[in-house]
Amino acid sequence: MSVADATLSETQLAAFRETLTAEPIEYDGLAADYDAAEETYSIATPTQQITVADDELSALAAEQAAYISNWYFYTQQLQRDRKRAFCRWLELADDRPVPARYDDLEAGIDREWGELTIRTTLTADGDRRYEVRHVDDSDADGDALTTHTDPFDARDIGTLDADGRYRPLRTAPSLKPGWIFPELTANGVYEVVEAFYPATIVNWHREQRGELDVDHWRDEQDRQSGIYNLITVLPDEAVEWAASACCDDSQCLKRREWQLSEDEPLAATGGDGVFPCRAPCSTVVAAGREWAKLEREDTQTYSFELTPSEKEQIEAIIDAVADGSVDEIREADLSEGANRYRARYLREKRFDDDGNLSGTPTHPDGHDDSD
Amino acid sequence: MQSLVIVAHGSHLNPDSATPTHTHADTIRATGAFDEVRTGFWKEQPSLREVLRTTHGDDIYVVPLFISEGYFTERVIPRELRLEGWEPELWGSDGISADTATLVASDIDKEVHYCGPVGTHEAMTDVLVRRAESVTDDPNVGDGFGFAVVGHGTERNENSAKAIEYHTERLRETGRFDEVKALFMDEEPEVDDVTEHFDSEDIIVVPLFIADGFHTQEDIPEDMGLTADYRDGYEVPTEVAGHRIWYGGAVGTEELTADVVLERAADAGADIGDAIARVRQRTNPATQVAGE
Repeated sequence: MSVADATLSETQLAAFRETLTAEPIEYDGLAADYDAAEETYSIATPTQQITVADDELSALAAEQAAYISNWYFYTQQLQRDRKRAFCRWLELADDRPVPARYDDLEAGIDREWGELTIRTTLTADGDRRYEVRHVDDSDADGDALTTHTDPFDARDIGTLDADGRYRPLRTAPSLKPGWIFPELTANGVYEVVEAFYPATIVNWHREQRGELDVDHWRDEQDRQSGIYNLITVLPDEAVEWAASACCDDSQCLKRREWQLSEDEPLAATGGDGVFPCRAPCSTVVAAGREWAKLEREDTQTYSFELTPSEKEQIEAIIDAVADGSVDEIREADLSEGANRYRARYLREKRFDDDGNLSGTPTHPDGHDDSD
Repeated sequence: MQSLVIVAHGSHLNPDSATPTHTHADTIRATGAFDEVRTGFWKEQPSLREVLRTTHGDDIYVVPLFISEGYFTERVIPRELRLEGWEPELWGSDGISADTATLVASDIDKEVHYCGPVGTHEAMTDVLVRRAESVTDDPNVGDGFGFAVVGHGTERNENSAKAIEYHTERLRETGRFDEVKALFMDEEPEVDDVTEHFDSEDIIVVPLFIADGFHTQEDIPEDMGLTADYRDGYEVPTEVAGHRIWYGGAVGTEELTADVVLERAADAGADIGDAIARVRQRTNPATQVAGE
């Protein structure tokens, strides 16, 4: 539907009349008022101002009808600020006046939220419908995707990745493709996004209003109890490494806004995500606890005998694991340091019977540790 | 507008940990008793810290899907939810009698009804009975059967054993089962020796845990001798030392647990109409067909 087709239902007109008997309307370029003495309605849009009698309301020009159905959708159907703000963001409402937006909505307006592509379209009476699919499926034929109608299905879709592994971090960029929610209402799209990416809309909305409350690392440290008390001893430079390791866009789609403290920014980039990360998550805190344990160890100087290629191979293996690219290395591609045969060969050559690299014990002073 | 928030532990490692929370939320959502049902987790998302801001309601009921009163329900959850002025004394509990405390959550500047955990509500006894019925596929099970309620033990929380003893005693008082005993994973009497603690040939064993995981799916079946390796699975019942062991797994996965969540909210003043009766009917295998 485009602006040229916009018409109003009896329900929409009734709400319009009822609202105007109480107060004037000003919304999104529409200004309307009711003159009780004259029993006329004045309706102004950025390009036109008209005055009509009650019986003329049902025959308004398409442009006025579009402005009124837009007002109806956003103020009468969507009662909650957060949902309204999100739906307006989805259709770029702040960037485009109603007629242009209605024309664009005919083809659909696409926005990305994490790995979701959300397409907004209009129904005949100016209500909105939303289609949600994985960004990787943007060009896929909808019939080739598994159709879902219950928004809470999103929770189950997001539990395991494409390889069947558990996704403890819902905002990790590992959402599996292959599904579609073809026709959601505004409430439905809100719940789908909430299920895929919990609490991201509310935090984004708080940020939009300049009210995002950020809990920085030191706040998090101070709040812990029990086994997580240990993160209080994690050195500051380790927090920097942890943020670089865990909060990069390749690992999490939230945009990290928390720092060491309000006055102590981290050098690591926070990422480019649409929705903010307002506090170290439980994954980072749990990882921080492990690193706090590991960072209590003192460094030690080891001597290893390696060829230059072997040194580089070890670096390549660490890179492959850290980048999650191990599975991409072809079985017979022995030019890759992290190739399985290469790794097995290195182990045969350089590990002794106790698994020590180059026969160098982990604890040369005789400390008994099988590591 | 009335909101229900179910808070649970969740897991970074086990995808099944949150399953009961989601299932019970769905069951309650289907009753329409609340305008919205939200879930929050210690280890998953939304976090306990952020779950209240996902609600829209004016009347918010928070029910912890935890077994016992202690560290999580008395310290971690109130702190993460930012319940201003919370102290465990507000529940006035002896370890198994928590009710409700109404406090302002500073995250949303609204009052929140913070309920005791499902595990110490009396209705949890009914869920244990329901699990006995479902694991034996017999709605009248009781005669000739022993019933072992299994808990973790007191290693980390003395109230943990209190909850086990409480439901064991309530089950005993029903007189439905020949013998009812509390067994533990890390203290005497131990679940490992389950057959030594019962005369009954048939023994129903149900862990008072919220979710299935390492303890209920691996440790307990192996410790009781149901299987040498949990990965090989086991029969229900399995014969061990002349007894038939009917092992039910974590009680919190029983659908009727949704009823206990509702009871907690209703005790705190939530207007839930006939939702409790409907959940009881809907989750009962004997009435399920009629109920639907």
